[in-house]
Amino acid sequence: MSEQRVAVAKTYKLYVGGAFSRSESGRSYPVTGARGEFLAHAAQASRKDARDAVSAARKAFPGWSGATAYNRGQVLYRVAELMEGRRDQFLAEVSAAEGTNGRRVQSLVDAAIDRWVWYAGWTDKIATVLGSANPVAGPYFCFSVPEPTGVVAILAPQSSSLLGLVSVLAPVLAAGNTAVVVASQDRPLPAVTLAEVLATSDVPGGVVNLLTGRTAELSPWLASHADVNAIDLTGAPAPLRTELERTAAGTVKRVLRAPASEPDWTRTPDITRLRAFVETKTVWHPMGA
Amino acid sequence: MTREQVWEYAPAPESRDVARLKPAYRMFVDGEFVDGTGEPLKTVNPATEEVLAEVGTASPADVDRAVRAARRAHDRMWGRMPGAERAKYLFRIARLVQERARELAVLETLDNGKPIRESRDVDVPLVAAHFFHHAGWADKLAYAGYGPDPRPLGVAGQVIPWNFPLLMAAWKIAPALACGNTVVLKPAETTPLSALVLAEICQQADLPPGVVNIVPGAGDVGAELVNHPGVNKVAFTGSTEVGKLIQRAVAGTGKKLTLELGGKAANVVFDDAPLDQAVEGIVNGIFFNQGHVCCAGSRLLVQESVADELLETLRRRVSTLRVGDPLDKNTDVGAINSAEQLARIRELAESGDAEGARRWTSPCPLPDKGFFFAPTVFSEVQQSMRIAREEIFGPVLAVLTFRTPDEAVAKANNTPYGLSAGIWTEKGSRILWMAQRLRAGVVWANTFNRFDPSAPFGGYRESGFGREGGRAGLEAYLDV
Amino acid sequence: MAALSTGTAAGERETPAPRPSPLPPDLADATRDESTLRRFLHGLPGVDAVGLEQRAAALATRSIKKAAKLWAIDTAIGMVDLTTLEGADTPGKVRALAAKARRPDPARPEVPSVAAVCVYPDLVDTAVAELRGTGIGVASVATAFPSGRSGLRVKVADTELAVEAGASEVDMVIDRGAFLSGRYGRVFDEIVTIRRACRGAHLKVILETGELATYDNVRRASWLALLAGADFVKTSTGKVSPAATLPVTHVMLQAVRDWYDRTGTPRGVKPAGGIRTTKDAIRYLVAVHEVAGPRWLSPKLFRFGASSLLNDLLMQRRTQLSGHYSGPDYVAVD
Repeated sequence: MSEQRVAVAKTYKLYVGGAFSRSESGRSYPVTGARGEFLAHAAQASRKDARDAVSAARKAFPGWSGATAYNRGQVLYRVAELMEGRRDQFLAEVSAAEGTNGRRVQSLVDAAIDRWVWYAGWTDKIATVLGSANPVAGPYFCFSVPEPTGVVAILAPQSSSLLGLVSVLAPVLAAGNTAVVVASQDRPLPAVTLAEVLATSDVPGGVVNLLTGRTAELSPWLASHADVNAIDLTGAPAPLRTELERTAAGTVKRVLRAPASEPDWTRTPDITRLRAFVETKTVWHPMGA
Repeated sequence: MTREQVWEYAPAPESRDVARLKPAYRMFVDGEFVDGTGEPLKTVNPATEEVLAEVGTASPADVDRAVRAARRAHDRMWGRMPGAERAKYLFRIARLVQERARELAVLETLDNGKPIRESRDVDVPLVAAHFFHHAGWADKLAYAGYGPDPRPLGVAGQVIPWNFPLLMAAWKIAPALACGNTVVLKPAETTPLSALVLAEICQQADLPPGVVNIVPGAGDVGAELVNHPGVNKVAFTGSTEVGKLIQRAVAGTGKKLTLELGGKAANVVFDDAPLDQAVEGIVNGIFFNQGHVCCAGSRLLVQESVADELLETLRRRVSTLRVGDPLDKNTDVGAINSAEQLARIRELAESGDAEGARRWTSPCPLPDKGFFFAPTVFSEVQQSMRIAREEIFGPVLAVLTFRTPDEAVAKANNTPYGLSAGIWTEKGSRILWMAQRLRAGVVWANTFNRFDPSAPFGGYRESGFGREGGRAGLEAYLDV
Repeated sequence: MAALSTGTAAGERETPAPRPSPLPPDLADATRDESTLRRFLHGLPGVDAVGLEQRAAALATRSIKKAAKLWAIDTAIGMVDLTTLEGADTPGKVRALAAKARRPDPARPEVPSVAAVCVYPDLVDTAVAELRGTGIGVASVATAFPSGRSGLRVKVADTELAVEAGASEVDMVIDRGAFLSGRYGRVFDEIVTIRRACRGAHLKVILETGELATYDNVRRASWLALLAGADFVKTSTGKVSPAATLPVTHVMLQAVRDWYDRTGTPRGVKPAGGIRTTKDAIRYLVAVHEVAGPRWLSPKLFRFGASSLLNDLLMQRRTQLSGHYSGPDYVAVD
């Protein structure tokens, strides 16, 4: 008979500007598992937390977008390495959140890790694939390159707590953007653990800012924030989508609309999500001796 | 022969008859010119204020008819036609534009007020080039990087501005058709004529009925078109203000949207620039098409160490610009497109005076009639002034100075817009450094206002999204 | 002004010619020594070839009609340096050219005479005799024209031959080899030396832009010549292709315009070679008008080095006045 050791429970916090903090509002909300059991409290971010997250993302943007594609690729690959080390923790948390077990949950976590690897490999290929040398009718060298759009607000998928989140976050980062992510409202815990991975990886602070809380409360502030350049509505509550899209028009944000239903994230992605958050820049220069 | 006298160029007007102007123009729906049931509008020559023609406009019912015609054409034929066949229609259109180039140029100049030199040498040749380029894409879409069999979207509703009436129609129609879409296009209220002649060219090319429909009218017709549930794709070029309204209107409908909006481009001149060419680039940047250019280089950022020298050369050069009859082959700067636009330019220029900028106006003579505004350069402009922040869309340049490359970048990017930018320096590495940092969709280095159908064009930030031209431009018209 | 590089016997013998006006200090400093000269020339703003050619092409679309065209034709006739520079030249050929120069269109005495006749040094005396009292200049090429490949003594002697025979204008060539190898001081000294040898004769400095190859070089060579005291900068000998082009002439017009701004002294430009039609000539005049300014629309500041151009100008002049096209047999072939 050995005494049962009491586990040390984790406090789930927001991740903003490279630091873990409680909501400035002091609010939190209980998170329950798929079978209704209490799992933990998550911080309930406020509009001010969203504002701070956007500032942090903007501040991190020049460094991240200015890093070499090779460097970004290695940094994102490193995320996969660290996730691998926490595989059991992710299995447990995804399992608790999504109510899946066994091979199914393993495949979800493995796919999430592999997705980082897939997108890490894209960083130094986006410009090759999406850029062009333009054969203009004149004595000019003209080329087009994709550049990151800027600060992207991501409303993460509501169902797929980890794989879905990685599937929307990784392409945004791979393209050189910085992100403010609103995690799945009811299944936020794997996202916070992912933030802990990011914090200990080489992803610079502020490149990813993770908010937990009410998507409906936070998303209008992000959609209207003038310093947000694009918004991914994938996880937006259906009744809010049209209004969020309207709000985003206030500063001509790029909007990636929500699919009618949450996609099957286990399928191999294509480059649609990379293309959604880049701007094509065309540069002309004369050719003359 | 040692006289030193003023050499006056005799007027060299292009013949107005070439335009084959008709007293009345009708909208083009389902392959036919038909009477619109909207209130007809009168289109005016801005250089003389004379009415050129009466133009039938579309009512909501007419827009509906046009969208239905486009839908039929798409579903029954155009969307399924092999790309190689679609291509041949586009090649035909390109050739017909070339054949009727002079007529189109004169008509464009009459209706828009732009100098014949520009409509002849820039607008119309680019129109033909745009159709020619996109014709070639029609059967090669599988190679464009959007998958093995990218599909068209369906019916495209397109709304275009008055500054490049025919060229904007080509920018919209050519890629849409190449990708297998059909279109309903609304030309600008003040410049509907050339698009209707393009419709005639579509007829002459035997383009199947309903593939291209042209519905003239004012903003209400545009709104009707954008909001029509039968439209799958909306493309708009115009002001940021209207672009935002359209983005709002399209929200929640699932219609694919691309916007090409306003700009306040910085043209950055370093002290090691090729100064004579920089001056030409500055002039071309802001006085091309009377400054009615969304990507105009309306903010000149000049390094302090050459500011005085450059400004002096610039003023002298601007003084040689010939402002007047747009049909005169020697005219450099034509008429402002409308009384409203002229009033807006005047109002903004007056704000420059009021806010303490120093105004210099070209001493050129202006015609007695018509809407004209002399080329104007404001110096001692500060970032905070309205003339440095708002799009003037006229021949008015705001000159600011900077000291270091970082300051130049900071000032250039200090605007919600992001359409274009210019860099002038002989130092290659600085060009690339700047080009990377300027938040603009098009960066011209040691040149300005160059356009080509193979070169993607479009904005960052509030200058819109989506690209026109080149491989990147196809995305706007494919279901990908 | 002291010669910059190794002085030559010929150079040292000469007494300095009076400068037209003192140069502003920055320009005077430019010629202090070889390295200041190099720094100055390489500090001139660069020329972007594409932008320059574009501007030249755009200006060339000006449509000059009616009275403006007639004025341009007469002005161009008055700017012609009627030229013969052939090995086969004879006194007879020069006399015929002089007759043409005096009265280009015998049927129309109101047609202005040309600016000058341009010949080799040994034919200067013939030209001078034919043109005495007409006000028409006699220009002589000199300095081992067209290649310039000889010693300075020969070049000076060549110049003296022309000047002593009565040439009122000297069209010298620069040492392109020296220029292209960066020996600017040598080129400068030669021009200064020849200027002295001109003894007041009008000095046109031929850059031979076709051999300088880049517009940056044309700009530097123009300034070099102006600093050394050239009255005119001239594009070409006519023996090298390309000869005069519109973009090159633009660069030279910019140089004299900027020179005037900085010194207050107007200097001239002479495109030579390849300008054969009235259309060409008018394009050049438009460039003069809009790049340098109306002040340069005078034979004092702008010349055409040409031979066949004159007849085309005369034919076009008749067409303008008669309203129908003329033919080559209605003007004198020389």
